[in-house]
Amino acid sequence: MQVPAPFDYRRATSVGDAIALLQDYGPDSRVIAGGHSLLPMMRLRLARPEVLIDINHLTELDYIRVDGSFLKIGAMVRHVTLQTSHLAAEYYPIFAEAEAQIADPLVRNRGTVGGSLCQADPAEDLSAVFSALKANVVIAHRSGTRKVPISEFHTGPYTTILEADEILTEVEVPLRSNTGSAYEKVERRVGDWAIAAVGAMVRIEEGLVSEAGIGLTAVRADHFRAKEAEDSLVGRPPSTEAIAEAASLAATHCDPFADQRGPEDYKRHLVEELTKRALSRAMNRSLPEVH
Amino acid sequence: MQVNMLVNGVEVSDDIEPRLLLVHFLRENLRLTGTHWGCDTSNCGTCTVWMDGTPVKSCTVLAAMASGSEIMTVEGLATDGELDPVQQGFIEMHGLQCGFCTPGMMLSARWLLDHNPDPNEEQIREAISGQICRCTGYENIVRAVKWAAAHSQKSDTREEVGA
Repeated sequence: MQVPAPFDYRRATSVGDAIALLQDYGPDSRVIAGGHSLLPMMRLRLARPEVLIDINHLTELDYIRVDGSFLKIGAMVRHVTLQTSHLAAEYYPIFAEAEAQIADPLVRNRGTVGGSLCQADPAEDLSAVFSALKANVVIAHRSGTRKVPISEFHTGPYTTILEADEILTEVEVPLRSNTGSAYEKVERRVGDWAIAAVGAMVRIEEGLVSEAGIGLTAVRADHFRAKEAEDSLVGRPPSTEAIAEAASLAATHCDPFADQRGPEDYKRHLVEELTKRALSRAMNRSLPEVH
Repeated sequence: MQVNMLVNGVEVSDDIEPRLLLVHFLRENLRLTGTHWGCDTSNCGTCTVWMDGTPVKSCTVLAAMASGSEIMTVEGLATDGELDPVQQGFIEMHGLQCGFCTPGMMLSARWLLDHNPDPNEEQIREAISGQICRCTGYENIVRAVKWAAAHSQKSDTREEVGA
């Protein structure tokens, strides 16, 4: 029987309370939300916090809403809520597509958006989604909040810029006209991590790509992003040639390694193919007449 | 620490270690051994129970986190000695062989039918996709859930009562 090492448990009553508890208990305390990554890691002694601060009752962080020119998603939104959100799907169908492939329905009932990003697993899906959408994360601390682009949030596998007494409270995604998005993932079976997955966002104005986002996961792309591929698309008309070039750049600039999910060349092949598919579908969604 | 929860309609409280997982609280402290404990890694889903009306893997919830919640286990499916149609369906369609995955499967199936009374095969397979069965190849589980959907007058009654 795998049991976590002993710890103290505190239940936070508000964001301010959670931050105060983090300050009281210091770096050996950890926030727990859905717990579907942290608890297994604690049982394996890969994580050994002295204190768990439970934020599951912070309903103030459970919302999906449009506010000004942003879609705002609270950190305590569960995967199932984002998967089934009509509001999120109306602007970005990538959410429902990606969420339907994250873990399994039971895990999605508990796991949260904020927890997924903060866990910073190198094969995590929403990191690629928010990278493609060029989202910002909102971080609360003792004296206020700060906003950081998702491309600066992760600092490496399982690490983020969060200080010991900060918590992620929201992800905000700019609303864009004439924009399509899509997610493509290959996994060995339901509930496994991706072998490789690609999220794409394309905005087309006056016949040219004005903005492009390509997020990659599980293939060691810097900040889950295929920047060279994104840059190659901007200013060009959407075309199969532009897609092929971007896909090739994405496959070249990631850094997958061989493991039980496959060899490096297979993973690069997946990145190229999935980037083509995701970009193609995103473009079709932004401009229905382009095929 | 003290925890309190409503388990199958019964108020329970106990003094526990914070590291106690919900599955062990149910099985060992409450002796509700219908909830099975399997993989320990959030994969197999045999430990599935309802927490505040939602199916969750109880090996990946601390009992402390469940304090204040309403829990339903497989022991809560039958009412007044009468089996839930899902339970009857697993009997009728031979939806189990060794029975290890069965409690979790039935709780996911009940939740599905409460939210989608007439699911197709794909929807049934999606609903149980977080759970592993090594005996049936899932075929008879799908048949059992379909049988239950066709014989679910009882759950309609329950929803009316709850509404």
